[in-house]
Amino acid sequence: MALIELTGITRSYRSGKLSVDALRGIDLEIDHGELVAVMGSSGSGKSTLMNIVGCLDRATKGRYRLAGEDVSAHSRDRLASIRNRILGFVFQDFHLLPRTSARENVQIPLLYTEEPLSWNAMGARAEAALESVGLGDRMDHTPAELSGGQQQRVAIARALVTRPSVLLADEPTGNLDTRTTVEVIDMLQALNRDGLTIVMVTHEPEIARAASRIVTLRDGLVRSDRQQEPVAADALFPDLDEEEEELLGEMSAAGGVA
Amino acid sequence: MKWSALPLLAARDLRRHLLRTVLTALGIMIGIGAVITMVGLGQGARAEVEEQVNRLGQNVVLVFPGAQQLGGVSIGAGSRNTLTVESAHAIRDEIPEVIAASPEVRSQRQIVYGNRNWHTRVYGQSHDYLQIRQWPLESGEMFTEEHVANGSLVAVIGRTIVQELFEGSDPIGETIRVRGVPLTVIGVLAEKGMSLMGSVQDDIVLVPYSTAFQRISGRSHAMAYNIQVYDERSMEVAQARITDLLRERHRLGPDQENDFTVQTQQEVAEAATETSRVMTFLLASIAAISLFVGGVGIMNVMLVSVSERTREIGLRLSVGARGRDVLSQFLVESVALCLIGGIGGILVGLFATEMIARSAGWPAHFSTDAMILAVSVSGAVGLFFGFYPAWKASRLDPIEALRRE
Ligand SMILES: Nc1ncnc2c1ncn2[C@@H]1O[C@H](COP(=O)(O)OP(=O)(O)O)[C@@H](O)[C@H]1O
Ligand SMILES: [Mg+2]
Repeated sequence: MALIELTGITRSYRSGKLSVDALRGIDLEIDHGELVAVMGSSGSGKSTLMNIVGCLDRATKGRYRLAGEDVSAHSRDRLASIRNRILGFVFQDFHLLPRTSARENVQIPLLYTEEPLSWNAMGARAEAALESVGLGDRMDHTPAELSGGQQQRVAIARALVTRPSVLLADEPTGNLDTRTTVEVIDMLQALNRDGLTIVMVTHEPEIARAASRIVTLRDGLVRSDRQQEPVAADALFPDLDEEEEELLGEMSAAGGVA
Repeated sequence: MKWSALPLLAARDLRRHLLRTVLTALGIMIGIGAVITMVGLGQGARAEVEEQVNRLGQNVVLVFPGAQQLGGVSIGAGSRNTLTVESAHAIRDEIPEVIAASPEVRSQRQIVYGNRNWHTRVYGQSHDYLQIRQWPLESGEMFTEEHVANGSLVAVIGRTIVQELFEGSDPIGETIRVRGVPLTVIGVLAEKGMSLMGSVQDDIVLVPYSTAFQRISGRSHAMAYNIQVYDERSMEVAQARITDLLRERHRLGPDQENDFTVQTQQEVAEAATETSRVMTFLLASIAAISLFVGGVGIMNVMLVSVSERTREIGLRLSVGARGRDVLSQFLVESVALCLIGGIGGILVGLFATEMIARSAGWPAHFSTDAMILAVSVSGAVGLFFGFYPAWKASRLDPIEALRRE
């Protein structure tokens, strides 16, 4: 049985008399342990699909089974509980609370668990999650005191702290430079190797190469769906080191002239 | 969810906008301050009435000339000369519930001892006046029925007179002069302190009413009767009988109104604290208005807070917060905001109560009831005015909330 089973999913937005069909009948199954990249041009329905898979939104028509449970008709509260137990989210612009330490940001999902945890247990789990993304020495830093890559790693720790079955990431590297993109993708690949199922939206073909499967959308339909051999993160941008050396060279040249 | 996180979240956010928090809480603070003052003042006034009633004597009925007057013991009420000494005797002798009745005649006079003089109140009363008022003597004797019958030139004086004329030395047997009339001091009254009307009760000279009528006041009628009734249960009957008796003696027809007023000590004292009732009404209005205006301010600030934190709400919803978790977070925050105002209001109220009580000469009353009331009222204001913003936050769509700038 697949972890995610979408059957005939449609989603229409109505604004006044006009109706936009963002998804027009998606059939998709994603298994445990996959690392799926969702691609497609802007407006093809990637985010709409992610929101439905993430139980943040409900399909207009169709059936959605998540971990064997039909969630198509679940109430707001039951969807919230599923988001808390089964899903983890990583957003393009991090969505960390400002002026709040990394530790406390990571703790937020634990406040909403069905069985309340003790403050000690919450602290311990938040710290473990931060250590697993390599930020054990930055727990008390606020987002303003962290680089973009570090902020996204805090966000990943926050998504992992509830030990979800699926990690959903909509353009997780959209706001990052190439070097930190590689860092974050490397981390996602490592998590996937440890068994975490990941669905990641990207419009960059280089990044999609890191996945084991690429699903491409067009006009709200699945246009292609293929398996592939994933490329290691540090091999995604072979020119990266050269580019950087060039950049450094220019800078030192400019410094020399001045 | 983890409920113990709610106060922490509220505290953090309120501290983050400290100035806004303080300014918003100000309205609630004034409102709660008014509530506390109102309750404290009400209790102070009630306690004062009780104390006065106890101090003025047990089961006392007062009769004044003229129709009902505001403020009870009104000075100058003797404009109608209706109260005769004979009627006072008739009340004492003919009404079984009445133990004693003293006709009262007051005048302001200069009194002289040696080369010292002092302006004071001279009261004509009967020999049983001190029994009616439950007023003990410090030394000497009260004048007797015989002194009254003879119009003897004797006086019983208060502590203030002893201080001012005799500089504290023993006045018994000395002679003071009032308008040239020599009065022998035969007794000194125990110290009493301030009265309900604010005057010092110890600044007084008591003489037999007969002496007052003949030699001192120049009047022919009593300005009041001080009447003592047998026991508390007989007060109403006694009041009715006194009224009937006086109507009969004053030959009032059935369609004529009373030309006198019969009041219990309780009624006199309550009338004198009438001002506190006006004040209470005023404070209740202030409290209601400022709690309402303050509540609207709270609502406004909470709406601003919800809109500023839309992205935070979206994030919380997306990681599993339910609508009611978000609702509770903002409700706790607005209640906390009001409680800050409430605590400030308690301090303001205690201070105001103390000031007013001091200027009115009452004991200040601080009760835990008032504190509990203040805390519950401010909490209720927070719940009421915080509900709409919190409900709005809880209904947000997570996707739209996350997308909001
Ligand atoms: N809330 C919305 N209201 C109306 N139309 C929407 C809404 N969200 C998305 N759409 C429309 O649905 C289509 C798919 O959008 P989206 O899923 O965001 O695309 P992508 O993420 O692939 O760029 C677009 O045409 C977009 O205009
Ligand atoms: Mg998108």
